[in-house]
Amino acid sequence: MACIEARGLRKSFGGTVALDGIDFRVEEGRILGIIGPNGAGKTTALNAILGLTRYDGELRVLGHEPWSQRDRLVRDVCFIADVAVLPRWLRVSQALDYVGGVHPRFDRARAEEFLARTTIDRGSRVRDLSKGMLAQLHLALVMAIDARLLVLDEPTLGLDILYRKQFYDTLLNDYFDRSRTIVVTTHQVEEIQDVLTDLMFIDRGRIVLECSMEEFESRYVEVMVRPDQLGAARALGPIHERQLFARGILLFDGADRRALAGLGEVRTPSIADVFVAVMGSQAGLEAGAAR
Amino acid sequence: MNAPANAVLQPAVDARPAAPAEPRPIRPFYWSLRRELWENRSIYLAPLGVAAFAVLALVIHAITMPSHMPGMLANDPADPQSASVTYRVAALLMLVTAFVVAAFYCLEGLSSERRDRSILFWRSLPVSDLTTVLAKACVPLVVLPVVTFAAIVAMHLALLLLSTVALLLNGHAAGPLWRELQPFRMWLAMLYSLIALTLWHAPIHGFLLLVSGWARRTAALWAVLPLLALGLLEKLTMDTTHVGAWVRDRLIGWYPRAFGAPALGERVPFNPATGLTPERFLASPGLWIGLVLAAVFVAGAVRMRRLREPI
Repeated sequence: MACIEARGLRKSFGGTVALDGIDFRVEEGRILGIIGPNGAGKTTALNAILGLTRYDGELRVLGHEPWSQRDRLVRDVCFIADVAVLPRWLRVSQALDYVGGVHPRFDRARAEEFLARTTIDRGSRVRDLSKGMLAQLHLALVMAIDARLLVLDEPTLGLDILYRKQFYDTLLNDYFDRSRTIVVTTHQVEEIQDVLTDLMFIDRGRIVLECSMEEFESRYVEVMVRPDQLGAARALGPIHERQLFARGILLFDGADRRALAGLGEVRTPSIADVFVAVMGSQAGLEAGAAR
Repeated sequence: MNAPANAVLQPAVDARPAAPAEPRPIRPFYWSLRRELWENRSIYLAPLGVAAFAVLALVIHAITMPSHMPGMLANDPADPQSASVTYRVAALLMLVTAFVVAAFYCLEGLSSERRDRSILFWRSLPVSDLTTVLAKACVPLVVLPVVTFAAIVAMHLALLLLSTVALLLNGHAAGPLWRELQPFRMWLAMLYSLIALTLWHAPIHGFLLLVSGWARRTAALWAVLPLLALGLLEKLTMDTTHVGAWVRDRLIGWYPRAFGAPALGERVPFNPATGLTPERFLASPGLWIGLVLAAVFVAGAVRMRRLREPI
């Protein structure tokens, strides 16, 4: 069953087009990463999915229309925007009371169990917690909710590397199962490469790339080419080339791995490298069209 | 570090499917109201502060000027109302405080959560905009009047107790004071006043709530400036003051309607001897027009909460 289904999803703010009629589909039990530059439309897409903003086109989330059926939808959806959105005056115990009081699927014992593993004091106010503790608190609240869709918008913004790692580890080990779906946007792409099952690049309101991680791994190949093979490698039509320690690193899209193996060291590229390559070729295409 | 953490959690993960699938009962309105009281402690701290201040003032007065006590507390032949004036002034102070607290509360009501972006957290939970805004409207319309009434009664009781002790210690009888004050009658008049005042002010609170949901910043200016501009324009173009009179009537017009016109000339209101005129108050069109406007404003505020995004 599709968890999210969008057809011709469109949203503009005044003259600026944030989402330019995109189509996509997220199956249940997937972990989708939406990657894009600032202002690409990631947050707008998430806000539309969460029913926080109006949109044009067709959008179904867990069978509901997010804008008109938001009240019904939020029972099955959890959302972490970034660590800064918990109200500063709220006490930890009040947060537990409140969420427990309004959410039918909140398991307080589970939230307490998560908190017991941290150094967070029940009586503390949000403003007295460090950013890392805030993320832990938010995560504890969200993971105790038996939701079907979890939406994360830059959830680890401003956290140090230890907390970021812990955040995704906890999410994967303790929360994710095949019946839940997670949609995440982040700029820290490297950290979620092994977490994702699906990937979407989005730029200026359009989807530039959409594939599963299996497809990604079979499609994109990076070769650290031996200097004497550089000419041969270039002849195979790499989509991107960069230099590292005076060696050429060429990125191929859909090339034959066996043919490439003779040219140098073959490996799966990072999402970040493919992102740079794909966005670069996008910019090149548009520059060409403008000329 | 990871391994032990996972080991600890393993039972919980296994236990989850066995947990009851039936959703727990929820009380969104109750918890929304609790949230408002957590966030805005001035709702109960301000009236309590005024009560404490009044009691303290009386104690200081009794200590520093004991000779004045009988004149102020007991029946002064020159002014039969003198005893109750202290109590009525203290109560008036409380009502003004409650109004100020309500006004500031409403002006922040729908803007503070957008300013600190916490609206993203609140909206991630299954509480509708209607429930949230109704809970917020309930604060000036129900919670504050109840708190104010309780604080007034508590304050009056403390004052009465202190006065009685002071009178007895100074060798005066306390009976005349109680007879003069008629505390239960006074409290009944206070309760009636609070209900009338709250109903009369409902459109003000609704309007401030709507403005706080609409304005991106400086909600207070947006609430006041248009009225000022309108009044100024009227004065300049037609040399009349209808706008000013209308605002004045909306602020204090409940009093002559609820207590009968003659009371308007009185310097200190809530005279226990003044008659209550609920039929007159209920029959005034201003009350019902105001209530309809209040409903419209609150409905507009619900819409604003739905449409507006974090600032």
